[in-house]
Amino acid sequence: MTEKIFTRNFHLADSHTLTRYREQGGYTALPKAFGMEPAAITEEVKKANLRGLGGAAFPTGVKWGFIPKGSTAPRYLVINADEGEPGTFKDRFLMERDPHALIEGMVIAARAIDSHTGFVYIRGEYVKPWRILDGAVKEAYAAGLLGKNIQGSGFDFDIVLHRGAGAYICGEETGLLSSLEGKKGWPKIKPPFPAIKGAFGRPTIVNNVETIMAVPHIINRGAAWFAGLGTKSQGGTRLYSVSGHVVTPGVVEAPVSITLRQLIYDRCGGIRGGKKLKAVVPGGSSAAILTPDEIDIQMDVDGPKSKGSMIGSAGVIVMDETVSIPEALMVVARFYAHESCGQCTPCRESTGWIYKMSRRIIEGKGRKEDLDTILDVAKRGAGTTICAFYDGAVGPYISYIEKFRSEFEDLILSGAHA
Amino acid sequence: MPKLTINGKEVEVPEGTNLIEAAKAAGAEVPHYCYHPALSIAGQCRLCMVDIDKVPRPQIACNIQAAEGMVVHTETERVKETRRSMMEFHLINHPLDCPVCDQAGECFLQIYYMKHGLYDSRMTDEKVHKPKAVPLGPHVILDAERCILCSRCVRYCDEVTHTGELGIFHRGDQSEIGLFPGKTLENKYSGNVIDICPVGALTDRDFRFQVRVWYLDTAKSVCNGCARGCNIEVHTNKHRTHHNEGRRVARLKPRFNADVNKWWICDAGRYGFKWIDDKSRLAQPLHRAGAQATEVSWDRALPELVTTLQRTRPEEIGFLASPQMSNEDLWVLRRLAEQLGVRNIDFRVPPRAPGDEDNFLIRADKNPNSRGAELLGIGPGQGGLDAAGMLRAAREKQLKLLWVFHHDLWAAAWPEAEVLEALEGAETVVFQGTSSAGEVSARAHLVLPSAAYVECEGTFTNFEGRVQRFRTALTPPGEAWPDWMILSFVGKALGFQDPVFVAERSEQVFNALASTVPAFAGMTYRGIGDAGATVKA
Repeated sequence: MTEKIFTRNFHLADSHTLTRYREQGGYTALPKAFGMEPAAITEEVKKANLRGLGGAAFPTGVKWGFIPKGSTAPRYLVINADEGEPGTFKDRFLMERDPHALIEGMVIAARAIDSHTGFVYIRGEYVKPWRILDGAVKEAYAAGLLGKNIQGSGFDFDIVLHRGAGAYICGEETGLLSSLEGKKGWPKIKPPFPAIKGAFGRPTIVNNVETIMAVPHIINRGAAWFAGLGTKSQGGTRLYSVSGHVVTPGVVEAPVSITLRQLIYDRCGGIRGGKKLKAVVPGGSSAAILTPDEIDIQMDVDGPKSKGSMIGSAGVIVMDETVSIPEALMVVARFYAHESCGQCTPCRESTGWIYKMSRRIIEGKGRKEDLDTILDVAKRGAGTTICAFYDGAVGPYISYIEKFRSEFEDLILSGAHA
Repeated sequence: MPKLTINGKEVEVPEGTNLIEAAKAAGAEVPHYCYHPALSIAGQCRLCMVDIDKVPRPQIACNIQAAEGMVVHTETERVKETRRSMMEFHLINHPLDCPVCDQAGECFLQIYYMKHGLYDSRMTDEKVHKPKAVPLGPHVILDAERCILCSRCVRYCDEVTHTGELGIFHRGDQSEIGLFPGKTLENKYSGNVIDICPVGALTDRDFRFQVRVWYLDTAKSVCNGCARGCNIEVHTNKHRTHHNEGRRVARLKPRFNADVNKWWICDAGRYGFKWIDDKSRLAQPLHRAGAQATEVSWDRALPELVTTLQRTRPEEIGFLASPQMSNEDLWVLRRLAEQLGVRNIDFRVPPRAPGDEDNFLIRADKNPNSRGAELLGIGPGQGGLDAAGMLRAAREKQLKLLWVFHHDLWAAAWPEAEVLEALEGAETVVFQGTSSAGEVSARAHLVLPSAAYVECEGTFTNFEGRVQRFRTALTPPGEAWPDWMILSFVGKALGFQDPVFVAERSEQVFNALASTVPAFAGMTYRGIGDAGATVKA
């Protein structure tokens, strides 16, 4: 059985409390971190090969290093707890079951980048996780683990919880910052990058919940240990949110060296009802879909990429043979049309247009040229927008049609949805 | 000053110049919607993509600053294809309103489609429908379907007027411009959003459907609404006289001047032109005897005026000039006063209520040429009377001839009864102006019609001392003449020899004043150019 890191306390009653967290060795990384130079913390995280676990997989320590040196201006640590990617639900469990690990990770990360204010931007619908995290923050303040002069270290750090109002785009790094600033959640044009000019115009690091929760473990047990758990491209374990037609869906912690096949068949009991696997999305709805012959890949950064997909947020969506891929495309297209922020023209217009075409196909009014139009429109818009939203939407648009084209053609020719 | 190469041509541009402006300097047009040099960079329309050497994908030119050694291409096949794609995206939900849209002829969707689009439409599904013809305020109307969400108007209200009335609501292709709850777009500069809207989404409630833009003529001018002297274009309808209810001035638009008004004008200036084609315009000299006013020709009016001037002693004559008059008008008036020996001359008539002012463009002084009048020495000579003194003298029957230029003295701060008494006290009241001025013109013995500033050419000097030219957009109505010409004719008829009394063009008058008045020394009419020139301190 794999060693559990993130989920080690999940089974404990009251795992979200300070008492229980401390019983399990919590907040022991903090004094160690206070004994280290900030640059040494960053270096340790770099060596651990920790990648961003929210979707982009950017090396975390490298990102921290982008904060301008020598400036005395305030800088912020922002935790992305929006978790809007369909098929992804790991951060929710982390905040519900182990909120103090997030707080401890934040304090350490803040010390590394010399930030004294951290924000947790939490998805509005996540009422329970917010309530639990809010309670944990209050406990931490009461215990002197947040606020002024934490544990006598001379280091001050405050955490502000900010609840989102329900838009997928607010999980995009700069859309999140706009929303945090009280504006419409529109992604910001880059450059400047957030590390230079982020929240409220100040240098800002945005990290995912899971990413930051890895930090106390790295400080406690060393970069080499964490890196050794993973592959060449990525250290550690991560949480896979497995949903769809598997026997035991849920959050699975596994080393990033696990294969997609192992995840589906060994960890989640295989396909429900003895049915055949038809397709699987490896990294949340924006990842390109994979066929059954493409699942012998490691679930690190490189594995899905080798098949033209991405690991993203590690939201694994499993589809059995009963699934209509055209209908699945319509559902995903509807989502992206609904959630496009509307700022950039190609994204705003293409997502709506593609949804209309995909819906028409499902309604039995598809035209022969629709498939090529969708593919062409998707490809033309790709890489032309402010943020990665549209590039994410393009993943399913193209892969669903290219890999299951005959299913779409049959539907168009028959004029009726099976 | 980075040097870069654009389409094979090397250009040097100031530090911080973006690639749209750098391309312009190299003679290349990069199409764009959301970029406007006065506003923050939005990067939304994605139309301004260019290829940059060593960069794998086309990049938006608006958000990339020129850098030393950069090699940029604005016309590669990839760039052209990207533009075509962006145009297709812009137009898939745009209604086919061209036949009825009042932006026709000035719409960058049309222009860019013809230049960069030219694809066959692939959009066969129902377009998104949004609200049409929604009034946003007193001057602006919105057609949300035509809006391409470039956000220029939103940024304008956020960044220029700081009034924040507008926002973009909803998401995706349902996004639309709108007012925040409880707001209306009625700030003092609201009309500028019409100018910066690149499509037909925001149109002018005053102008729309009055006349098609391709029937309009354009003249460069200067707003006469306040001492700022915003640079404007006067758009006139001379070819479809049955349109626009017969009004010749169809609209005013701001004209860029980096030192005066940038891209903007206030609503008061923009819409303050209706008097030009108003029925109250004076088109013929009038002679009044008792209650009877009769239209007369200049051949009768001028000799009568000349005779009156000749028979009246200089100290019994008062000239009440106007800061609405051009430098040329005022200079000829000053020469005439000097030749006649008239020392009772002034232009300062206090308004009844102080004008509104802000820290942007609007000035409390609602006249375009107060500074010019000061610099040209329009004021009482040795022992002469100022404006209030002239009225007092008229009341006391010591002033026999009062020549009032443009002023409606009932709008002044003085008590109406005193003004009335002054007008009744003078033996002869001459009113010279463009429009009837209430009781002043109604009681004048001689009314002389003068041309409006859009009906002649000349210069105004704004409050900062910038001398700016306005040009002829229209011919004056009936027999109205420019003020300086009327004064020249009078001077010539009086037999005075000064060259300004035989001038045929305002240029001659200006050059004459520039050679005499130290503040204007070195200036020439043509040298002023389109941007103006500043007087010596």
